[in-house]
Amino acid sequence: MSAPVSTVVTGDATSLGYDPSTVGRSDHAEDGQVLPGDWEIVVGLEVHAELATETKMFSPARNHFGGEPNTHVHPVCLGLPGTLPVVNGKAVELSAKIGLALNCTVQRCIFARKNYFYPDMPKDYQISQYEEPLNVDGFLSLPSGSTVRIERAHMEEDTGKSTHMGESGRIHDAGYSLVDYNRAGVPLIEIVSHPDLRGPEQAKEYVEELRAILVAIGASDGKMEEGSLRVDANVSIRPAGSDELRTRCEVKNVNSLRSLGRAIAHEAKRHLALYEAGERPMQETRHWDEEGGKTHPGRSKEEAEDYRYFPDPDLVPIEPSPEWIEELRASLPVLPQQRRAALVAAGADAKAADLALDRGLDGLALAAVDAGADAERVFTHVANNLAVDGAESLDAGHFADLVKLESDGSLSATQAKQVLAEMVSSGKAPADIAADLGFEAMDTSELATMLDAIIADHPDEWQRFCEGEGKLQGVFVGQMMKATKGQADGKVVNQLLMERKNSA
Amino acid sequence: MSDTPTSGGGHAHTPDPALDTASGIAAAVRAGDRSAEEVFRAHHERVLAHTEADVDLNVFNTLTADEGLAAARALDARIAAGDDPGRLAGVPIALKDNLCTRGVETTCSSKILQGWVPPYDATVVERLEGAGAIVMGKTNLDEFAMGSSTENSAFGPTRNPHDPERVPGGSSGGSAAAVAAGYVPLSLGSDTGGSIRQPAALCGVVGVKPSYGSVSRYGLIAFASSLDQIGPFTHTVADAALSLSVIGGHDPADSTSIRSAFPPVLQHLEDGIEGLRVGVIGELSGDSALEGFEPEVLARTTAAADALAGAGAKVETVSVPSTVAGLSAYYMIAPAEASSNLARYDGVRYGHREDGVNTRAMMAASRTAGFGEEVKRRIMLGTYALSAGYWDAFYGRAQRVRTVMIREFDEVYANFDLLLSPTSPCVAFPLGEKSDPMTMYLNDVCTIPSNLTGQPAISVPFGTDDGGLPIGVQILAPYGGEVDLFRAARALEDLAP
Amino acid sequence: MESDPASQTDDGGAGLTRDDVAKVAELALLELTDADLDRFTDQLGAVLQRAEELAAFDIADVPRTLHPQPLHNVYRPDVVIELTEDQREEVLANAPAEESGRFKVPPALGEEP
Repeated sequence: MSAPVSTVVTGDATSLGYDPSTVGRSDHAEDGQVLPGDWEIVVGLEVHAELATETKMFSPARNHFGGEPNTHVHPVCLGLPGTLPVVNGKAVELSAKIGLALNCTVQRCIFARKNYFYPDMPKDYQISQYEEPLNVDGFLSLPSGSTVRIERAHMEEDTGKSTHMGESGRIHDAGYSLVDYNRAGVPLIEIVSHPDLRGPEQAKEYVEELRAILVAIGASDGKMEEGSLRVDANVSIRPAGSDELRTRCEVKNVNSLRSLGRAIAHEAKRHLALYEAGERPMQETRHWDEEGGKTHPGRSKEEAEDYRYFPDPDLVPIEPSPEWIEELRASLPVLPQQRRAALVAAGADAKAADLALDRGLDGLALAAVDAGADAERVFTHVANNLAVDGAESLDAGHFADLVKLESDGSLSATQAKQVLAEMVSSGKAPADIAADLGFEAMDTSELATMLDAIIADHPDEWQRFCEGEGKLQGVFVGQMMKATKGQADGKVVNQLLMERKNSA
Repeated sequence: MSDTPTSGGGHAHTPDPALDTASGIAAAVRAGDRSAEEVFRAHHERVLAHTEADVDLNVFNTLTADEGLAAARALDARIAAGDDPGRLAGVPIALKDNLCTRGVETTCSSKILQGWVPPYDATVVERLEGAGAIVMGKTNLDEFAMGSSTENSAFGPTRNPHDPERVPGGSSGGSAAAVAAGYVPLSLGSDTGGSIRQPAALCGVVGVKPSYGSVSRYGLIAFASSLDQIGPFTHTVADAALSLSVIGGHDPADSTSIRSAFPPVLQHLEDGIEGLRVGVIGELSGDSALEGFEPEVLARTTAAADALAGAGAKVETVSVPSTVAGLSAYYMIAPAEASSNLARYDGVRYGHREDGVNTRAMMAASRTAGFGEEVKRRIMLGTYALSAGYWDAFYGRAQRVRTVMIREFDEVYANFDLLLSPTSPCVAFPLGEKSDPMTMYLNDVCTIPSNLTGQPAISVPFGTDDGGLPIGVQILAPYGGEVDLFRAARALEDLAP
Repeated sequence: MESDPASQTDDGGAGLTRDDVAKVAELALLELTDADLDRFTDQLGAVLQRAEELAAFDIADVPRTLHPQPLHNVYRPDVVIELTEDQREEVLANAPAEESGRFKVPPALGEEP
């Protein structure tokens, strides 16, 4: 559900909180290749996320996935006559936090009834928000640089689930359905974006970033495959460079990021084919068929949809006080976007930053850099050597110490990797582990003596190296590694080699 | 325990203050002077006596005599053990059949809910039973509380104890008749547009619609959520005050429930009316009254105003013009909310089911067979009032007019403590007389404003017409003004002929 | 919202047509006979016609009243209360049709909106 909105972007970066020129920008080369160059894809997403509360939105029954049918229920979420909804305060808190994380205005809001008959919905209306939602007018900055404006993020309740039971040997419609209300009334937030996405890749990036935020603030577990995060895509296309909004189709039943990308690409191509044939797409809901790789029309829109929204008279308005909002804002954890920025500022490139975030090691990496460890080595370890369980509980001081030992040549890269693995499993200090493993730091003077011996053994090569044949450096380093059985720090060896060359 | 007819051929019961009031019974049972069982049996015998004498007023949808007797005995055992039996110890009560009772069928007098046995108790039922009251049964009503005569019941009309050929009013006609016939000294009804006060007036008993939110709606099967309130029927104003002190006050299960206890009505009951400023609503009284008011009703209201003035109140006539449009606003808002509240009766989880080739067909067939004419009419009206093209023209506008009414009443209450009017434009009318829906709707003109404004109002019996049919007078108060409301009602009760 | 109910051609009162009533019956999931449609068109029309008196109020800047009392921020603690096993049985016993703890209905047609 989304109310009509204006797509005009006005104002400047300071009042908006983002740079308007980053809205509706395409950042992914692949997105530009779905359609011919004179067309562009326009996507707006409606993301439903189940909130991580103990109880349901308006009923004290347990909010829990699965379970014996009709056990996580209460007269309220069964919609029994005479029952009344009462708002779960925790759900409001989580929803407002989501709004704040998405730079929304958190405002006075009311609940509305959306009326339609459906056996999965115990009251035959859904309590949602319509005219006055909790969160409006936010935005989400994507890692690749563009901005997606958030129209609204409102609270509502989930439906139950019915299972069709076929009866063999009968006509197509035979059989019956069984309804379970365990999921009925589970709190949802629906996050509605403006049509600011320009293709499958950007849509996937948006959902990934949104999911990371929901998980970071503990508002939802964000599991798309289990249905706790559900995405509907409003897809249309238009001539490139135009700002018109053409007829869109709402694509549902997209159960993974991959499906989301495929569904958008397919739907865009379907629209293109229609326009090229001189036809027009019809505004409708379509369902993604993962196996067939295409969308097909859902319920016919011939029967007029008239949800007869009106304010729910059983519920009273929510009026967030400025103090409460500030309290919530202060309680927000550092969000993925800010964490990414901090990593980049500390010296990580974009890929290393993403890896650190994905592995939840950004805090460790930043603390190690803060403690004076070499950033490049820190992010190299995070990327290559810490994709293991337990890495996140590594002591940042120990990690910094390890990188320092490596930097000053006390440990070679190979040794450091071994010590690091041991640090993760044992939690001991790197110096102790190195000693246990017999990684005695090789004295520089000892190395120098060995190098002098090697130079003496290879006078011709040394002569040519000194005259500028740079590739021979490798020969000397290789000989040193051979002599020290790999224990020498390559950096120190190179340093010694250059010293000898300069004084030759 | 014999009936003392108050009008020709009637079966109304003239109460004995000690034996037939909730306060009197509770005092006697608490003191050990009477057992709860003895009281319950005596009241149950009145029900049986009528039935055996072929006087079937059709008051109860379900009698819970066995459960009641068991509960009475259990209460007596607790008293014997020295426990506090509660403020309504041993008081037999009747509940309108739209109040949920665990283990006892709750039907709303509708075929669509016939056979439904709630797995939970309404908050008011818990509170009454917690205070020692004993449930005699569930009373008849206009289906889903939609009506003013209790003729719209799937189980046949309830008859007025004062004249069985006449209606008891509605929609809480069963609960009003239960008290008037002496079956119980206290019953509960629900009032969405007058459904407690109007039958109270027509049956000659006291009926109260308290301030919206002051009694929990949890377990009251909704008609129109922003208008519905539960309230009592009693013989005396003091009993009404006592029962509201028990059932009223905050309930966390109802989001629209007041945050405090019920106003201290019992403490101020005998404070008198000296100095209270009472406005008689001009549009509903005397020569300026709208069309359709019976002269004797207007005369009794004038007499009540005069009596209050004689007892020391400052009485003046005051105009409240929006009162008139209240009816129209009500007949947009109440059906709109009802159309949504009654969507859940779809044959899936409970209640009546008809066969259908698919879910939607089953739902439509079940609703079509399960709902009666008046309920369908209001669902249709409400669905229309909410539908896309007409939302603002009908429902939206009615909600704004509601605001206008609240402001207008607030302005009037700047100069008055209370308002006075008839409760109903007419006395109990013969069964079947008002068959046209609009004619029936007009019957609610005096009572509807209080539901729209959320303000409290009480109907107090104040004499009869020439034929002996009861006439009630309504006192209205500002929101939360129950203390003054009950002071005045208590005084008026003593001034009644 | 844009349509003025008073300006339409009459079947019942207030411009209510028989087609309107049929459409509303569809929305309300009620099956009406031809006679029902005729009767309801007249009766609902009469109520709507009377409701035109509401147009006389100056409501331009008047907010809607959702509740007679101005409560807000009414919350429930996030603490679990579920049906007891007995209550669950009572709930299922009320079901017109039930199978293995679930409510049984004829096959659904169409999708959730």
